[in-house]
Amino acid sequence: MTFTKLLAGAALVALSATSVIAADTVRMGTEGAYAPYNFINDKGEVDGYERELGDELCKRASLDCTWVTNDWDSIIPNLVSGNYDTIMAGMSITAERDEVIDFTSEYFPSDPSSYVALAGADASATKGTVAAQTATIQAAFVAESDATVVEFATMEDTIAAVRNGEADSVLADHAALKDIVDASGGALAFVGEDVSIGGGVGMGVRESDKELRDKFEAAIASMKADGSLNAMIAKWFDGRKAGY
Amino acid sequence: MSCFDTFTSYALRSIGIGERLLPKTDFTLCDQVVLIGSGMIWNVYFAVLALTLGFFFAVSLALGRSSENPVFRIPARAFIFVIRGSPLFIQFFLIYEAFVLIPKMGWDIHLGFIEITVETKWLTKAWLGALITLFLNTAGYTANIFYGALRSIPKGDIEAALAIGMSKRQIFWRISFPTMLRLAWPSYTNEAIFLFHATALVFFSSFPAWRQEGDALYYASYFADKTFNPFVPYPIIALYFICFTLLIITLFGYMNKRLNRHVAPNN
Amino acid sequence: MFEYCTDPKLIEGFQWWSCYLSNGKHMSFYFSFLVVLSLLALTVPFILLFGFTGALARRSTFAPFRWFGTIYTSMVRGVPDIIFFLFVPIAMDQGIEVIRHKIKCSDWPEPIRQGNDFVVCTAAKMPLSSSAQWVHETYGFMLATIAFAIVFGAFAANTIHGALGAVPKGQLETGAAFGMSTGQIFRRIHLPQMWVYALPGLSNLWMILIKASPLLFLLGVEDIVYWARELGGSKTARFAYPHGDWRLGYFLFLLVFYLFLTWLSEKFFDRIMHKLSRGQNTAAGMS
Repeated sequence: MTFTKLLAGAALVALSATSVIAADTVRMGTEGAYAPYNFINDKGEVDGYERELGDELCKRASLDCTWVTNDWDSIIPNLVSGNYDTIMAGMSITAERDEVIDFTSEYFPSDPSSYVALAGADASATKGTVAAQTATIQAAFVAESDATVVEFATMEDTIAAVRNGEADSVLADHAALKDIVDASGGALAFVGEDVSIGGGVGMGVRESDKELRDKFEAAIASMKADGSLNAMIAKWFDGRKAGY
Repeated sequence: MSCFDTFTSYALRSIGIGERLLPKTDFTLCDQVVLIGSGMIWNVYFAVLALTLGFFFAVSLALGRSSENPVFRIPARAFIFVIRGSPLFIQFFLIYEAFVLIPKMGWDIHLGFIEITVETKWLTKAWLGALITLFLNTAGYTANIFYGALRSIPKGDIEAALAIGMSKRQIFWRISFPTMLRLAWPSYTNEAIFLFHATALVFFSSFPAWRQEGDALYYASYFADKTFNPFVPYPIIALYFICFTLLIITLFGYMNKRLNRHVAPNN
Repeated sequence: MFEYCTDPKLIEGFQWWSCYLSNGKHMSFYFSFLVVLSLLALTVPFILLFGFTGALARRSTFAPFRWFGTIYTSMVRGVPDIIFFLFVPIAMDQGIEVIRHKIKCSDWPEPIRQGNDFVVCTAAKMPLSSSAQWVHETYGFMLATIAFAIVFGAFAANTIHGALGAVPKGQLETGAAFGMSTGQIFRRIHLPQMWVYALPGLSNLWMILIKASPLLFLLGVEDIVYWARELGGSKTARFAYPHGDWRLGYFLFLLVFYLFLTWLSEKFFDRIMHKLSRGQNTAAGMS
């Protein structure tokens, strides 16, 4: 195919209307790398607490939903750009995020952040070199404290740093660390005291999308009212009592 | 904070001098420009050192590659092949994992009047570990460019030199090496630019940022994350890179003119 | 894939491996290799196109073309591709949607930019929200191809420009002496001879392009590095196939893949170089 034909074809595709009359599909954006909130299971599908919750909320709001994964760093800019319509990615409700997008009420209580170090370390590990994932609230917290912060690109790298001695401890969300500590077979342990940074987890929507937010808000409220939200949290987070 | 205050607090933040905490709210354009500019110090550091050291290593590799002696040719060929064959991201990862395995110990080096302690734990730090990776990377690519240029030297020049009675060594330094540089220079300029741009990947890959000291892209991402608006920090860092790249192109352009001073102009 | 894979906890050894390596996630991993290879294949003609346009523009006697050529090769080469890819696809995506919005919903009362948000009418969204996921992914892939082509085209322009200048003047003068027109000289002498000088640089560019393919991940395209990281990270008992940190294994596999691709490319370029060097007055032509 000559180049001009290719160009013309592409232009045609861009400008033509694909006549699909369907219920407006709501695209749910998530990260897919944060068990147990959201992860990609061995079949290659989005799975986790937020997947199950999101599907249930869509059912209650009578919406047709599909799931999309997006890298964490660009998840808010892509929502604002319109690539998808909601964010359900273990995102804590913070004042700075609230300035840019809107949140529904929380569907998961505020999770403390904990320090994890090699088994046998004492609380001084929290004051030495602390590893954290780049651009997380934990990294900002450690930077403000007296400890030396080392930022890694992924959660995996932060844990590896503790294991190989690059860092004395790692600070991250308790729920995410618990799975890892349990699976380490005694090599890793929680140390020091938990700290509370960031609010509960809520669903992010664009500020201009008030109708969508209200629909999901109503669905969340109904799940809190009939206790199904508490049951789901207990299922995914080792029997944790959420108290909604 | 006025812009002048921001400048004095953050201009050298990327190497640890200045205000300890990064700005958290009310980001001004001045904050972003100064902090991202401060991060460029790392990028320039990596580029200058990796290119300079890599140049010399690349010349030896290119000679080794075109040597008739398999003891030189085969290792050179293998090294160039592996380096050109793998993405930088994977090179960073594998080299970081290898360095992490080296036991952490120091050696004392007595240099007569001073004594320095060289620590192996420096290898896992970006300033040394990433520099080594970039050095090896640019040497591999440059060696290939130089090798191709060596093969493109006009036969006539070498035959004329032999006819005059120049020794092999003289032929290399007076004919082959300058001609190789001249032929390779446009592609080498490209490689220099790629290397400079690749320095932006250091803190996105395995090497961690200590005490929030990172390069320009590290700070640009910091601002993009905090303001949720990529349309300010990324154009700022793009402009910085464009300016430095134009500088590289100009400097390499002067060298190109000098290398081609004996060649007839094209038009 | 096999019947005994329904409960991975009950199997071990070879059976576990055969199930693990054929689970849904791994299938996506294998598919992503095809995605990467098709991106590479699709970008090459565009890169050569942009490269030649830029190089010829820079050599042009008509000043505006020359300025365009110089600006293209300098400015696009001036920005690291990672930044280009973080920025340009969003800008292009929004640009296309704005044009479609103006055509389809010209009577839309609200502004497109509302505060931070970018809102266009539903019919103008590209691709439509109701389209299947594969449409979205293909669209993202096309944006990536164009972004790659623009960036690498600028570098190709530089190499081609240098190569056009490296052809010995004597060759062109001989053509003029024979009475050939400028067009004939260019087509019959300059261009064919240029390839010998351009190939080392262009082959280098191809190698760099292969290695730049991991940047697809930044554009939301799930490429091989994305899957290697995802599959290699340690998996707790929550997953069907728990394992430790296997990233080293996956990355070594990627290394082998890339080395194989490089080896194939080198063989290919060596062949072409050998053919083009025959009869050339260079050190390589001696053999």
